[in-house]
Amino acid sequence: MSARVREAWARRQAEGGRALIPFVTAGFPRRSATIEILRTAEDMGCDLIELGVPFSDPLADGPAIQHTSQAALSRGVTLPWIFSCVAKARRHVDVPIVLMGYYNPFYSYGLERFCRDAAAAGVDGLIVPDLPPDESADLKRAAGAYDLSLVFLIAPTTTDARVRAVARASTDFCYCVSVTGVTGARRAFASHTDSYLRRVRRLIQKPVVVGFGVSTPAHVRRLGRWADGVVVGSALVPVMEKAGSNRGLARGLRRFLKPLVQAAHGL
Amino acid sequence: MQSLRVNRRGRYGDYGGRYVPETLIPALDELEAAFRSLRRDRGFRRELQGVLHDYAGRPTPISHAPRFSERAGVDVWLKREDLLHTGAHKLNNTLGQVLLAMRMGKRRIIAETGAGQHGLATATVAARFGLECVIYMGAEDIRRQALNVYKRQRLGAQVRPGHSGTRTLKDATNEALRDWVTHVESTFYIIGSVVGPHPYPEIVRVFQSVIGREARQQFRKAVGRHPGSVVACVGGGSNAIGIFDAFIGDTRIDLIGVEAAGRGLNSGAHAATLVRGRPCVLHGSYSYLLQTPEGQVAEAHSVSAGLDYPGVGPAHSALRDTRRVTYAAVTDREALKAFHSLTETEGIIPALETSHALAYLLKHRTRVNSPVLVCLSGRGDKDIDIIREVA
Repeated sequence: MSARVREAWARRQAEGGRALIPFVTAGFPRRSATIEILRTAEDMGCDLIELGVPFSDPLADGPAIQHTSQAALSRGVTLPWIFSCVAKARRHVDVPIVLMGYYNPFYSYGLERFCRDAAAAGVDGLIVPDLPPDESADLKRAAGAYDLSLVFLIAPTTTDARVRAVARASTDFCYCVSVTGVTGARRAFASHTDSYLRRVRRLIQKPVVVGFGVSTPAHVRRLGRWADGVVVGSALVPVMEKAGSNRGLARGLRRFLKPLVQAAHGL
Repeated sequence: MQSLRVNRRGRYGDYGGRYVPETLIPALDELEAAFRSLRRDRGFRRELQGVLHDYAGRPTPISHAPRFSERAGVDVWLKREDLLHTGAHKLNNTLGQVLLAMRMGKRRIIAETGAGQHGLATATVAARFGLECVIYMGAEDIRRQALNVYKRQRLGAQVRPGHSGTRTLKDATNEALRDWVTHVESTFYIIGSVVGPHPYPEIVRVFQSVIGREARQQFRKAVGRHPGSVVACVGGGSNAIGIFDAFIGDTRIDLIGVEAAGRGLNSGAHAATLVRGRPCVLHGSYSYLLQTPEGQVAEAHSVSAGLDYPGVGPAHSALRDTRRVTYAAVTDREALKAFHSLTETEGIIPALETSHALAYLLKHRTRVNSPVLVCLSGRGDKDIDIIREVA
């Protein structure tokens, strides 16, 4: 339900600070870990979770997320499995869950059926990195019918007119890609990142999250100045992969997320 | 469909479109605008015609194949794209796109390649015009096409292996798209087939349509009539679109596209996208695709690296649905047999890709109307190691 997403934004606005949003690929590092990861993220105060749907050809992703995607596929992660996993997780967690995945598996599942099953499982929204608003009429209709947020992306190359159009097309929030490039941890952001984010901020009223390349509390503070939320994805991969057990994984994740959440909420 | 034209939404019928990350949309808009104005620009056209003639060696001839005709049981004529500089039709497109790149002020060129012919053609034009060049190639294809890799390096191009996925053309295309997303402002991506997001399929169609334009006239002059059937191999489908384009409007002429059936259509190891796939989205466009029931892109297989691709150009998808073109598939073995057959009877060594088109004639002589025009899309020197391996 997109209502859960809107509540999360309202809460963040009331409490101040920025949202911290982890991205994790469903079924990575193993299928049994996903529910534990969702619970841990909620416990740590994460405001929303992006759950990655693995795809064979993730062309907007760098090596880390490509690797998680391949690993999840080889462990038999499919949309039906993800839906059952989210449905089970919903007994314990109330944090909004937004699926992030490439268009083809969704299209192939049948867009109407996909949105119905996602909403029934307790998914709150969708981000589809290879689906610009221009091609989204069918998914928009289906997502609207099942009250799922549909979030489009803005890039540094996006013109002002398109930024406004992307914002109009997006429900509940927009996703700002921090750099021209694929996902993956970066050491530093260029100075023009700030002017780009400032430009986007000025152009749209809806909440904006920023992602790609974020790995440290300093990054969160830097990009969080211009956004309502910050996404951390690739940087979590080694943290999750290192742990042998799900309990160890939760411990490592807590340790890693804590300063990031503090940085975001403290802004 | 009586003509092969893209509509205003960047589609051929339902197929095509732009399914790419937002970062690339402005670059595609810019490319579309540049292409639209330059294709009518006299200076640009003259320059392209000039390099096609003086540098690439156009027009390529058509050759009668009397001894092969005897074996096939139909009268066969060959459009000799194997005689084009670098040995395949790919140069028609790379010359066009590199001139576009220069007019747009881009000094860095990237490309994907399967068989290596498009990589070679891209490295060649980058050397000719003094541009930086990076070629992505699947690690498996690098192994299969070592000679082309070496040639490209001598031409000054950097060859980067794609290690992800099946390590073939599909994965090289993913890597090239990732590079483009990262360096979009300085870089021109020369796509090698009639695939990818709009306007690429249309750009490649326009630059390859010189094949059919020449062939139609040459055939008329040499034979005194039009061909009964026109046959071409289809991977992504650029040589086929190139030759079909001139004949689409004349429905008395059969058009036949031949895909790779690999180890057999029921073996699960083939690349017969139009024969066995379903419409879906890969590499920026909506088109037929080989995929799993879950919508993951399936592994393709063909002995020919250039056909080893699970997708196909959106124009072909539209032509399949309207049945203007008949699509069929022949196996690795049948293609290899045709390879030897043409080599022995005509002294022309065809590419393994092209051998699929020839194999169709040997297999289905009753399904074609004589005289037949075949697009001899490339020469087979690059495939000699593979032939020796399987022989």
